[in-house]
Amino acid sequence: MNQEKYLSKKVQSIKPSGIRKFFDVANMYKDIISLGVGEPDFDTPWNAREAAVKSIRKGFTQYTSNSGLLELRNKIAKYQKVRCGLDYDAQDEILVTVGASEAIDLALRALIDDGDEVIIPDPSYVSYMPCVVMAGGSPVAVKCELKDKFSLTPDNLRKAITPKSKVLILPYPNNPTGAIMTKKQLEEIAPIIIENDLVVISDEIYSELTYGGDHVSIASLEGMQERTILINGFSKAFAMTGWRVGYVCAPKPFTKAIYKIHQYGIMCAPTASQYCALEALSSNLNEDFKDVVEMRNQYDMRRRYLVQELNDMGLETFEPQGAFYVFPRVSSLGMTGEEFASELIEKKRVAVVPGDAFGESGKDFVRISYAYSIESLKKAMTKIREFVELKRIQK
Amino acid sequence: MDKIDKQILDILKNDSRFSAKSIASMIGQTEDVVAQRVADMEESGVLVKYTTVVNSELTGDDYVVALIEVKVTPQSTHGFDNIAREIMAYNEVSSVYLMSGAYDLVVIVEGKSIKNVSSFISEKLSVMDNVISTATHFILKKYKSEGIVLDKENSKKREVMI
Ligand SMILES: Cc1ncc(COP(=O)(O)O)c(C=O)c1O
Repeated sequence: MNQEKYLSKKVQSIKPSGIRKFFDVANMYKDIISLGVGEPDFDTPWNAREAAVKSIRKGFTQYTSNSGLLELRNKIAKYQKVRCGLDYDAQDEILVTVGASEAIDLALRALIDDGDEVIIPDPSYVSYMPCVVMAGGSPVAVKCELKDKFSLTPDNLRKAITPKSKVLILPYPNNPTGAIMTKKQLEEIAPIIIENDLVVISDEIYSELTYGGDHVSIASLEGMQERTILINGFSKAFAMTGWRVGYVCAPKPFTKAIYKIHQYGIMCAPTASQYCALEALSSNLNEDFKDVVEMRNQYDMRRRYLVQELNDMGLETFEPQGAFYVFPRVSSLGMTGEEFASELIEKKRVAVVPGDAFGESGKDFVRISYAYSIESLKKAMTKIREFVELKRIQK
Repeated sequence: MDKIDKQILDILKNDSRFSAKSIASMIGQTEDVVAQRVADMEESGVLVKYTTVVNSELTGDDYVVALIEVKVTPQSTHGFDNIAREIMAYNEVSSVYLMSGAYDLVVIVEGKSIKNVSSFISEKLSVMDNVISTATHFILKKYKSEGIVLDKENSKKREVMI
């Protein structure tokens, strides 16, 4: 039986993830120093873990309400108020999801009809494109360039808009570039979004990890909250990737539509995980975000170190303002990101991710994650420096 | 000691081979400032010594460590200081701490074999004038030492996702 032929056209059209493919190769080598992982190297704060264990001991082992624990939604509302100045109603405008991942998928499925165009900054996180395709939409990549600090410029946005455009995904702070959108930059694109009647899906999962100043949500701009689906979660800010908790904040009709799909497809986010998230959020709201600040300070130190090292070896590296990635350009060595990454593994046993895994515009770059101890980063930098010097001589 | 000194110490405590230039980039100071701070802290004795952590399980040398609880008679004029100083003078002794609680001093002794350490205790330590009693605990395995995890079995693996 040829099972392949039964697969839907949509699924068949989706290419396997570039990151996955690359690391399947990397895993064949022993003693690799990997800088490939996109999740915090910290553990979930102890008190939050403890709260989850307690909830299990107390026998809270049933489903929660479909929207998630009301207590948790109340805290999310408070958090959005405190951090972004946004008002969301915990009853009708907030939904707890299985990670930001589910939220991205559902937001797209709630909005997209066949043929609707979804504008996606390129390079960006790898899930958007396949999720758009599975929802029946057409992804439209907008090139974001180093010279613009990888921001989404008004000009490039305008060029991408057609009569079929319906949704703009706004993924800042950005994975893989580490770019952010400042308030001023957001103010420049907001009128274009409104003028063209687009809905924004704003993936703010890295909102707590910014290094130059506080994160600004596009929803906080005049006239934008009503057309924004804000997505955030606990994975990055609270080192909670394995718990799978994220959320959506959006005007009631959007939330209701997302709720519908969530209710039938998922039921609710894991109960113990929601208790963990509740404690993480409550304690940080009460104590000036001490866990977040501590992790952010560590990331910041590593970020500065990497930018200095990479520029010092002559790889042009934009100073990222958010997330935990640096995105050096390697084309000055006469190589693409893919060639650089492959040869770096082969010669020096250091794994970084080729930039084109995140879109065509990333092809001259590689992504280096600094969700690693400073010791690992130092070892890796020594090896990358040797490699770069070798390539220079060969060239 | 201000914030900059503390930041520098935190980095060096973890890895004393970071250059002033790297440290400067990490904490957003100039290389000169960092070099000067380090020199000052060396001068004032805050930075005592740059050393290494060796995983002796892997060196192949025979090696045992014992933690010895020691009860002593304090002396009227010098308290515990004199006796502690006498004990620490032995080469076998790597650390001496004054403790609160059921005994007075903890002495950490390193030696080539259990026999070797035992004879130090019976022939040198327990016969000292003010030592009342000792209780010896040999260290069987080190899981974490000086803040470093030595038991790699336990290290977790993060998968590269999509
Ligand atoms: C930009 C971005 N959005 C969403 C996610 C998924 O996060 P979650 O663990 O909340 O599903 C990631 C994870 O790497 C990400 O980088």
